[in-house]
Amino acid sequence: MSTDAKDDVGIGDYQYGFKDPTDDYVFISKKGLNREVVAQISEMKNEPSWMRQYRLDALDIFFKKPMPDWGGDLSELDFQNIFYYVRASDKQERDWEDVPEDIRKTYDRLGIPEAEKQFLSGVKAQYESEVVYGSLQEDLAKQGVLFTDTDSALRDHPQLFKEYFSTIIPAADNKFSALNSAVWSGGSFVYVPPGVHIEFPLQAYFRINSENMGQFERTLIIVDEDASCHYVEGCTAPTYSTDSLHSAVVEIIVKKKGRFRYTTIQNWSNNVYNLVTKRAVAYADALMEWVDGNLGSGLTMKYPAIHLLEPGARGETLSIAFANSGQHQDAGAKMVHSAPNTSSRIISKSISKSGGRSSYRGLVKIDKGAYGCKSNVLCDALILDPESRSDTYPYIEIEEEDVVIEHEASVSKIAEEQLFYLMNRGLSESEASAMIVTGFIEPLVKELPMEYAVEMNRLIELQMEGSVG
Amino acid sequence: MTSVLKIKDLHVAVEGTPILKGVNLEIRQGEIHALMGPNGSGKSTLAYALAGHPKYEVTSGSIHLDDVDILELDPNERARLGMFLAFQYPVTIPGVKVADFLRHAVSNIRNPDRKEGEPLIPMREYRKELKGTMAGLGMDVEFARRYLNEGFSGGEKKRMEILQLAMLKPKFAFLDETDSGLDSDAVKVVSEGLNKLSGPEMGILIITHHERLLEFNVPQFTHVMLAGRIVETGDASLAQELHANGYKMVRERHPEAAAEEKEELETV
Repeated sequence: MSTDAKDDVGIGDYQYGFKDPTDDYVFISKKGLNREVVAQISEMKNEPSWMRQYRLDALDIFFKKPMPDWGGDLSELDFQNIFYYVRASDKQERDWEDVPEDIRKTYDRLGIPEAEKQFLSGVKAQYESEVVYGSLQEDLAKQGVLFTDTDSALRDHPQLFKEYFSTIIPAADNKFSALNSAVWSGGSFVYVPPGVHIEFPLQAYFRINSENMGQFERTLIIVDEDASCHYVEGCTAPTYSTDSLHSAVVEIIVKKKGRFRYTTIQNWSNNVYNLVTKRAVAYADALMEWVDGNLGSGLTMKYPAIHLLEPGARGETLSIAFANSGQHQDAGAKMVHSAPNTSSRIISKSISKSGGRSSYRGLVKIDKGAYGCKSNVLCDALILDPESRSDTYPYIEIEEEDVVIEHEASVSKIAEEQLFYLMNRGLSESEASAMIVTGFIEPLVKELPMEYAVEMNRLIELQMEGSVG
Repeated sequence: MTSVLKIKDLHVAVEGTPILKGVNLEIRQGEIHALMGPNGSGKSTLAYALAGHPKYEVTSGSIHLDDVDILELDPNERARLGMFLAFQYPVTIPGVKVADFLRHAVSNIRNPDRKEGEPLIPMREYRKELKGTMAGLGMDVEFARRYLNEGFSGGEKKRMEILQLAMLKPKFAFLDETDSGLDSDAVKVVSEGLNKLSGPEMGILIITHHERLLEFNVPQFTHVMLAGRIVETGDASLAQELHANGYKMVRERHPEAAAEEKEELETV
C-alpha cells in the first residue's frame, strides 16, 4: 500500500447509465418555455381555469425573478432547451401487467417489483411526468387516506386540493418554485385524516428518461391532527449527453400532534440540475422529519425547511450529500422557530470525492417571541482526496434571548490509521474505504426502510469498488 | 507443516529516522515469545513493520513467512497469509458494526482469494460461531452490535482485539502492549482470553511490560530490545528478572547499545 493510493480512493462511473428509447412517447411538448407551452400543458390536462391562470401568473413571476447568484453555478442552464411536458403513456395504469414493457424493464432495473413485494403500500412510480403505475391499498382507502398523483388529486378532490395547494410555497417564493408552479406535472398527493396511523411507508419512485426533459413534479401532503405517516421516494436516472432539469416543489402540512417523515434518496445522473424547494409546516406538538439523501446530479440545490408554527412543534432534518467528480451538492436545511418551546435538530453529513464539491447551507431562525426554543446543528464532512472540497455556510438569526442553539461542525479525511487497522484484518484498501464511508453515513442509513438501506450501502460499495490503484 | 516467520537483519526507518538497526528473530507456530525493552527501543516499530504500516519503511533486511517474502505484500495480503497485529491503541471506526466488520474480515481471511463483491461467509454459520466465541471469552453478545471501538473503554477495546484474534485465528499474532492502560482485572481477562487461544497453531509475539500477561502465557523465549536491536534472548526467567530489576542490568551488559540509546534520547 502506498501512501498516495489513499488519496485516490475512487468511486467508479455512474452505475445506472442505461436508458430506454423515447420514440413511444404519446405526447411531447415543444422545447422551450412561453405562455403558449404553459397554456398547452394546462389544456392537455383538462385543468380548471383557476389552475391555468395560476400557471400563467407563475410564469410571469418566473421571468421576472433573477437567477440566484449564490449556491451553485447555473450559468449553463438553458431554460429554452428543455421539454416541459412529456406524457409516456396515455392513461393511468393500475395493474402491473398492464404497464408497457419498456417501462417495466426500466423498473426491473430499479428493483421496483422488489419494493412492491416487500411493502404492502401503494407503489406510485412516476415515469416521465406522470404516474403510470399505482396500487393503493384498499384498507388505506377505507380509512379515508388519499394517495394519488397530484394531477388526479386536482381533478378528483378539487376542494381539498385548492385549500392547501401553494399555501406553503407560493409561486413567488423563488425562481424555481415559480417555474415549477408554471409547468408542474405529476408528483404525489397524500391526505391522512385525523387519528389515522399508517404503519408502513408510502412509496413513490421517480425518474427522468427523456433527453433534455425537465421533471417538475409537485407534491402536496397533509397529515391531519394526531395522524402519522412515512412517505418514501427514490430516484435514479439514466445518463445523457445534454443537460436536464429537475425542479420539484414539495409542500407538507403536519397538523396538531401529527407525525410525518419524508424520506428521499435521489441519484440523478451527472448532467441533471436538481433544484428543489421543499417546505413543511408543523403545528402544536407535531413532529416533522426530513430524511434526505443526495447522490448524483451535476448540481443539487436543496434545503428542506420546517416552519415550527405552534408551541411544542419539533423538526428534524437528516441529510447526506455525496459529491463525486463534476458534482456540486449544495444542500442543507432550514428551521424557522415561530412559536415558543419548539425544537429542531439538523444532522448533515457530506462526502466529497474525485474533485466533487459539497456545501452545507443551513439556516436556524428564531422569531421574536419564540422563547424556550432549542436547536441543535451537527455538520460532518468527509473529504476523500485533496481534489475534493467541502464548505459550510451556517446562518443563524435569533430575535429572542431565552433559547439554546448548538452548532458543531467537523471536517475529516479517511484516516490512514483507520485504513491500516481494517487492512490488518484482511480488508482490501477499497473495501476498507467503502466500510469507513458506509459507517460515516450510517446515522442516515439506519433511518431508511430496509430495502433502501441495502440499496444505499450497495451503491456506496459499488462506487468504491476497484477504484484504488 | 509448522510455519516459520523469519526476520533477518531488519532495518526500519520512520520518516527518515532509523529505529530498527538489524533485528533478527525467528518465530514458529505454537511458540510464545515475549519482547521487552525500555520505551523507544523499537518494540512497537517491529510490530508495525511486520504488519506493513506504510509509514514504517524497511530500509534493509528481510521478513519471510515460510518461503513468502512478505515485504512485497500489502497489509491485507499479510493478514490473509495469517498475520495479525493486536493494536496498542485500536482505532474507532464510527458507524461500522463489529459484527459486520468482522464478517468481512473472517470472509477474507478464510478465503484469501476472495475478491470484492463476492459472497461473504453465510450469515447463519457466522452468527453461530461469533456467539460461541464471544461466550467462550465471557463477552456480552451486545458487543457485536456496537460500532467498532466507538465509546469503548480501554479494557473493552483490548477485549475486542482478543475477540478478533479468536475469530481470525492467525498463524502469527503480534500483541502490542495489549495489557497497557488496563486495570488488573482487565489484564486478567485479556490474559486468560489469550491463554485460551494460544496453542500449536499460533505463534505469538507479546510486547509487554506486565508480568501478569506472561504469567498466564509463559513464553518459551524472552527477547530484550535496546536501541533498535535485540540484545539478549533468554527464557521466561529473563522476563522475571527484568520485571524485578528493570533494564539497568541489561544496559550494563550492553554498554554500546546503552550509549546509542542515550544519544538517541538526547537528539529527541
